[in-house]
Amino acid sequence: MSALLTVSGLDAFYGRAHILFEVALEVGRGEVVALLGRNGAGKSTTLKAIVGLLANTRGSRAFDGEDIARLPSYRIAQAGLGYVPEERRIFTNLTVMENLEVGRQPAREDAPEWTPEKLFELFPNLAEMRDRPGGRMSGGEQQMLTIARTLMGNPRAILLDEPSEGLAPVIVEQMARTILELKKEGMTVLLSEQNLYFAKELSDRAYVIEGGRIRYQGSMAELMADDAVRQAYLTV
Amino acid sequence: MIDPAFYVIQFLNGLASASNLFLIACGLTIIFGVTRIVNFAHGSFYMLGAYFAFTLTATIMPALGDALGFWLAIPVAAVGVGLFAVLMELLLLRRIYRSHELFQLLATFGVVLIVQDLVPAIWGPEELFGPRAPGFTSFVVILGFRFPEYQLVLIAAGPLVLGGLWLLFNRTRWGTLVRAATQDREMVGALGVNQSVLFTGVLFLGGALAGLAGALQMPVEPANPFMDINIIAEAFVVTVIGGMGNVLGAFLAALIIAQLQAFGILVFPEITLVLPFLVMALVLVVRPWGLLGTPEPMTGHGFAGDRPLKPLGRRAQLGLAALVAVLLLLPLGLGDYTEKLVLEVFVFALFAFSLNFIMGAGGMVSFGHAAYFGLGAYGAALAVKHLDFAMEPALLAAPLAAGAGALLFGWFVVRLSGVYLAMLTLAFAQIAWSTAFQWVELTGGDNGMIGIWPSAWASDVTVYYYLSLILCGAAIAFLWRASYAPFGYTLRAGRDSPLRCDAIGINLKRHQWLGFALAGTCAGLAGGVFVFSKGNVDPGALSIPTSVDALVMVLLGGIQTLTGPLLGAAAFHLLEAYILPLTDYWRAIVGLIIVVLVIAFPQGLAGFLRERLAGEESR
Repeated sequence: MSALLTVSGLDAFYGRAHILFEVALEVGRGEVVALLGRNGAGKSTTLKAIVGLLANTRGSRAFDGEDIARLPSYRIAQAGLGYVPEERRIFTNLTVMENLEVGRQPAREDAPEWTPEKLFELFPNLAEMRDRPGGRMSGGEQQMLTIARTLMGNPRAILLDEPSEGLAPVIVEQMARTILELKKEGMTVLLSEQNLYFAKELSDRAYVIEGGRIRYQGSMAELMADDAVRQAYLTV
Repeated sequence: MIDPAFYVIQFLNGLASASNLFLIACGLTIIFGVTRIVNFAHGSFYMLGAYFAFTLTATIMPALGDALGFWLAIPVAAVGVGLFAVLMELLLLRRIYRSHELFQLLATFGVVLIVQDLVPAIWGPEELFGPRAPGFTSFVVILGFRFPEYQLVLIAAGPLVLGGLWLLFNRTRWGTLVRAATQDREMVGALGVNQSVLFTGVLFLGGALAGLAGALQMPVEPANPFMDINIIAEAFVVTVIGGMGNVLGAFLAALIIAQLQAFGILVFPEITLVLPFLVMALVLVVRPWGLLGTPEPMTGHGFAGDRPLKPLGRRAQLGLAALVAVLLLLPLGLGDYTEKLVLEVFVFALFAFSLNFIMGAGGMVSFGHAAYFGLGAYGAALAVKHLDFAMEPALLAAPLAAGAGALLFGWFVVRLSGVYLAMLTLAFAQIAWSTAFQWVELTGGDNGMIGIWPSAWASDVTVYYYLSLILCGAAIAFLWRASYAPFGYTLRAGRDSPLRCDAIGINLKRHQWLGFALAGTCAGLAGGVFVFSKGNVDPGALSIPTSVDALVMVLLGGIQTLTGPLLGAAAFHLLEAYILPLTDYWRAIVGLIIVVLVIAFPQGLAGFLRERLAGEESR
């Protein structure tokens, strides 16, 4: 079976600075794959490049067999590849319901259809603050809303950029449960993380990135057994 | 004692003009909110609305009857302007969303110039009086005063549009998307919304609102080719005071400005033109992002392709020496007319160079550099006319007057950044312009002052040529030197990252203030030299078009170079001198030049050539 998301030979630049070098990765249908690395390793850049938010990139990216390397970001989202940014980027002047509305896309046959009501089951906190402006929510609530907003596009796969960053431990646990639930429903996830122990619980496989290059790939279990790789690329 | 009821009438008049201002400014602010483009052409939209309505009423009213014809013509005119705005988005704006704010401002100003020449070509240069609004041609009596019914229509239009916009933005998906895009358009795109379609829609809405304002104004004021420039500066003021991107803010600001003008005219009629800009300057001091605006992200304001300045290489030094030699020998082979032309090139070279000093190195985009050129010109002229100064002390007064003005205005300006900064420089230039225009006893008003000639020893054109060469050359050399001094490095550092500058202990504002004052002083010297060459001065020297001329010179030559503005000034001034007499469409030509430059050569000609000659030592 071919992978749902295939990236190969991906190079990316900010201005003249060369950031990513020949990044290659695959995410299969229904799989949760972690992209691990330290701060500045190139995780966020990789995700941004995949969803078309970087002007200057080279290399091929395919989603469900379709070439998405040259598509504008809105077409990639419409194709069913959702993106949850690291900085959350909630629309602070819009209410929770309005934030969800911005993310809404037509239903598609091959993915579950999300409605605000279904999302409130997944994120019960949000249900109590439908009309609250995004700017008056806690960091954890905003992180939930970002994911919910992306799910409103009825994606077939989502890219999650450091969902555990800056959250209180109890919220991180809640976040992990949410992602596991999505996984149970068959969602394909590419998860960028620094927090190995968070990623370990959720992911089937892992890539390790450092200095803009993929340094390691394997199953999560293999990575956990490989002290040398963890020492070299993941511990601070 | 004035009848108190009169104040009520004046208040109602204020409400009517507030409506008009709001209709224009709300479109401007919506367009800015989503596209981040300050649309100079918004005044053109307004003017086109009036002209479209004029033509439409003339054709439809005979066919459909007066009432139906008139009230159909107004919305159709608005839609027509909306479509014109869509055309502008598709052909121009779409290509420059990622460009520097300066290029965006200039590009829309290019459209202004093109429309300014198109309108008289289509409708003729005279004022066109439209029909009165059927059903609203009479008066109502309010507290014993007769008040035109149509004013009541205008008073209602503002709140109605505000309510309609509120519904649109809060009750429709499209409105929600627009509000989201106002905050983070990239994220809206990443969620699957086609931004281009959204932007086109926003341009249509904004254009149609400005068109509606112009169409509704037709029964009150004849359509004329100056409506655009007269209104745009005030619309900017309203937008900025309200907070750019904020519709409710624009409504409040329109009320404030219109009422201040309605009552200001009773107290101090001479101040009406200046008043809005004074209010804007004061509001920005207290609230740098307007009444209801939100802070812009704090980023650098460098230009794409900026690179460190390198000292002149050997070849460039030789070239410079050769250029100076040629300029020294030039009078031998030229007639008086051409000598004067080249002399004016020196003036504009200094003007453009000083602008580039604050813009290229300082990252402060000034849309009102003419203020300092004009202050210099007026400083010298006033010294001659009112203080009986001879040329020599008057030429000293020019930079001093401009420098003092730049110190005063600059204190406010450097507190802001980006678009707000550009708008404030524009406001100060308009204050200077309005003062020169309205203070007739001192400045001669629109006619300006004549008979300002050099001293006897310098009255020969060739002598004045050398005097100009020395003065302008010395000032350029001074600014050039300052660019390479630690002072210049500090300015560039502040341009690229104000935060980092702050963190390493640099008082950036003070450096920027001084840089602004230096540039203003030098522009003032250029103005002083200019006035003795022409023998007269008028408010045109302080006007928006003069500011834009300087920007075009810099843009033509290339911003991130030192020689660029000099080349650009020479090219622009010579083009103007030779082409202007041949055509009625000079403004449209300049407009087209701007648009083509912004789209095709965003780094200016010098930058483009340098890219082409990459690797070769050139600047």
